[in-house]
Amino acid sequence: VPGPGRAALRAPSEPPARPARGKGRSEPACAPDTAPTLLTRPSAAPGWLRGSISQPPQDLHRAQERRGRAGRPGQHDKRGVGHRAPLSTSAPRPETRRDKAPRAPGARHSMDPSLEPDPSHEPHSAYAEGAYAEGAYAEGAYAEDAYEGGHGPYQPHEPGYGLDQPGYSPYEDEIPDAQARMLAMKNAKAYLLTTSTKSGLNLYDHLATILTKILDEQPANTVDIIETISQDVKWAQFRKKMDTLRDEHLIPPTFEAAEKCKALFIKEAGEEEHEELDEEMGEPALPNVMETAFYFEQAGIGLSKDECYYIFLAFKNLISVQPIQTCRFWGKIMGLEMNYIIAEVQLREGEEEEEEREEEEEETVAEEEKEMGEGEEEVEQKEKEPEPPKSTYKPPPEIPKEANGTGTNKYVYFVCNEPGKPWVKLPPVTPAQIVCARQIKKFFTGRLDAPIVSFPPFPGNEANYLRAQIARISAGTHVSPTGFYQFPEDEEEEEGGDTYEENPEFEPPAVAEMVESLAMWAHHGRCVWINPAQKSEEDEEEGEEEEEEEEEERQEETGQPLLTLISEDEGMKNIPAWTAQASTNLIPEYSIAILQSNRWPGAYAFASGRKFENIYFGWGHKYNPESHTPALPPPAEAEFPSEPGITEAADPTVEEELAFKAAQEEALAEAEEEEEEEGEDD
Amino acid sequence: MEALSLPAALSLVAGGGAGLSPELRAALGASLPLLQRDYRFERVWFWGCIQGVRGAYYIAQGLGPDRAAPRSRLYSLNCLDWSLLTPATEEMLALAEEVKGRFQGDPSFEYSLAEINPEAAARLVQSGKEPVMKEEARLIATIEQIDRAVGIVPRGAFVKTPLGSVHENRHFEGLSLVEAKKLSSYFHFTEPTNLKNKTLLEKADLDPSTDFLNSLEHDIPQGKGSWSIQLEKGGSVVVLRSLLWLGLTFYHVPMTKQFGYVYFGTGEKNLDLPFML
Repeated sequence: VPGPGRAALRAPSEPPARPARGKGRSEPACAPDTAPTLLTRPSAAPGWLRGSISQPPQDLHRAQERRGRAGRPGQHDKRGVGHRAPLSTSAPRPETRRDKAPRAPGARHSMDPSLEPDPSHEPHSAYAEGAYAEGAYAEGAYAEDAYEGGHGPYQPHEPGYGLDQPGYSPYEDEIPDAQARMLAMKNAKAYLLTTSTKSGLNLYDHLATILTKILDEQPANTVDIIETISQDVKWAQFRKKMDTLRDEHLIPPTFEAAEKCKALFIKEAGEEEHEELDEEMGEPALPNVMETAFYFEQAGIGLSKDECYYIFLAFKNLISVQPIQTCRFWGKIMGLEMNYIIAEVQLREGEEEEEEREEEEEETVAEEEKEMGEGEEEVEQKEKEPEPPKSTYKPPPEIPKEANGTGTNKYVYFVCNEPGKPWVKLPPVTPAQIVCARQIKKFFTGRLDAPIVSFPPFPGNEANYLRAQIARISAGTHVSPTGFYQFPEDEEEEEGGDTYEENPEFEPPAVAEMVESLAMWAHHGRCVWINPAQKSEEDEEEGEEEEEEEEEERQEETGQPLLTLISEDEGMKNIPAWTAQASTNLIPEYSIAILQSNRWPGAYAFASGRKFENIYFGWGHKYNPESHTPALPPPAEAEFPSEPGITEAADPTVEEELAFKAAQEEALAEAEEEEEEEGEDD
Repeated sequence: MEALSLPAALSLVAGGGAGLSPELRAALGASLPLLQRDYRFERVWFWGCIQGVRGAYYIAQGLGPDRAAPRSRLYSLNCLDWSLLTPATEEMLALAEEVKGRFQGDPSFEYSLAEINPEAAARLVQSGKEPVMKEEARLIATIEQIDRAVGIVPRGAFVKTPLGSVHENRHFEGLSLVEAKKLSSYFHFTEPTNLKNKTLLEKADLDPSTDFLNSLEHDIPQGKGSWSIQLEKGGSVVVLRSLLWLGLTFYHVPMTKQFGYVYFGTGEKNLDLPFML
């Protein structure tokens, strides 16, 4: 039977079915006689109809359903209608039936017991029968399509084997061929029980567990989260690895860090004595980090409370180890791998000098060693080769660093990566380092010994760079309310340039004033560089961060004096150098004044009554309205002037040589002749 | 970061020194739920803040059912009254790239385009408009740029359904400690740009439902160039800081569902990055 023909035949059968559907009785004459035809012509049983015949009960079921919603034509037998609908002609239904009938029943009547009771079961619904037949037909077409489409007959080893056996249907309750059914069941179950090579699970058990879980827990909307449940069940089933090799016990870094932090809380023996000492010394060295943090928190600046407290404890440790007079939490500088927590301290007098001396000794020793080494090398070199020409270049005299306790080296800085890790003292800063630090812009890595790869080359490693940046930031951003500090009265003005003391008569201005007027703030962290002996451009550059462009042009050495008002700071383009704000406008009674540096993003200051503090959180870089422009390499060295003395001449040819010789001889001969002549004359 | 977990999340990213004052936190705690109600958002994210010279913009984002769909953005000057921002246009983005300098803190501040981009200015003049760019437009463009460039989520936190929409992954249990240290475990939460040009070998390990975004490992500069990954709080939280947009901090607590990013910065791209590494 050709496929297209079939479709054409079936198509007309549809439209008449609709009018009929309303009442089966409207076609009493034809319907009853269709049904019998179906049953009584079993002879021609084309193989392709197997499927259709094998599913009568299901279709019956559908037919009944269909009857139930007889009023809705659109939903009639969705499966068949799809491709049939467009081909509607008005061929009368009975004929179609007859046409089809001989083919449809092709089935094996042995299987028909389920069909036979049907007409009797519902005698009034002749149409249903017709519909059923049609449904069956559709099934057939469907089955056949599938058959032609891809899969060949199932092989005995395949899971579906047995399902397509004639007469078997999973929906059928009464199957005479129990054996075939059992076989199918076994195959299917065996397939489901196949153990996965990856996880060692099998689907059968898995499904069983899922269903058990669902029934136990009875979640809502189970169908939507079935994948999740399946996943959960799988995860819950991970079992112990039965392996002779044991996994190495992994210790997460969390524990190590926790250990370090815990150590911070343990009070060391003998610490109490220290405390007594501190009391004797008067001013307590330990800064109240938490109080400062509280004030900055009012402005939304600062670390989390935990971290603050760890830092607090770390400071305590630092003070118990080092001879510290005053100590302050300077801030935190971010790095790529680790961050730096920075403490600004002033060592006790005496101790500092000792340290200095030690340092110097170390330096001299190192230098001596260096010299010794160089000397030896030189001796060796002399033996080997003639001495190379010496360079006439003399490096400009190195500007000495400021003495400890003055200017940029007024404070000593200790850094650590995390509270609990050891504190490392930063070396004092040299002017050369600051000069170079101003020309480069590099991220910190978090390792103090990391090299700084830059142009111009930075003299030192990251510790030096960090120290230089700290010096720059301190010089630019450490401010205090105007009048809080004053110059000492008893000293002369010139000398008083780099010392200041607290003004006991300082009257704190109101917060509103501090916010409105930048003149209420003054720098106190400036380095004042007075070096009359050696003046070079570098000095000037080094002297002041703030007005760099200006200063570079100036010839005279001037450092901005201490306690300059910040309102005199120059802005960058249209950006002011500072922004002042009150911490809150809602409760002005308790607000504090917050000053934020725009030149060094991350630098803040607060003032509240007599209290004020500066702090820095950031990457340690200056704000630059233009993009960073790295310094250009120096111009190439001039070529050696080409003079005749050093130009290479072409070798004379033999002829030229001969000619030259001849000329020389001639000249010689002439000279002799002349001499002779002269002799004769005499 | 999620508005609901804001206090906890802020303390996790506080390592950079930036945060919100108690007043603003309290204000956000009250205004964000109201925002969610008024605009019918499914989720509200606190995006961060852009510091201006005279004031700061606080920004929130509202999400609909499809988490990857363009988000509604709102800004506020006091964390209480929120104004909806229009979606960013390509023209806005192009212009904003050329505006240099700090934000002013005043949404109606006008940047003169005549100096920045004479062509665009001439075009605007021809069409009868003033050759200016409002700071609000720059704000919109900057947020969009930051989200596109460095808005990130951990791998597997979101799944793409067969219908194409993106949802939170109910199954996401956090990255393992080892994975959390790798850039390849984090994805840009934007329209993927170069997903297709991966080699077969690379594609073999990808799961189409979770790996539908670009990972960070191909960010320029390559390697760890544009991100700093650190374990903070004693190794219990992974913090990623963008070096390209200084101020963007992403946190994720390994083995938990907690993750998010927040921006506290000046809204300026770090163009000096190549010189700083």
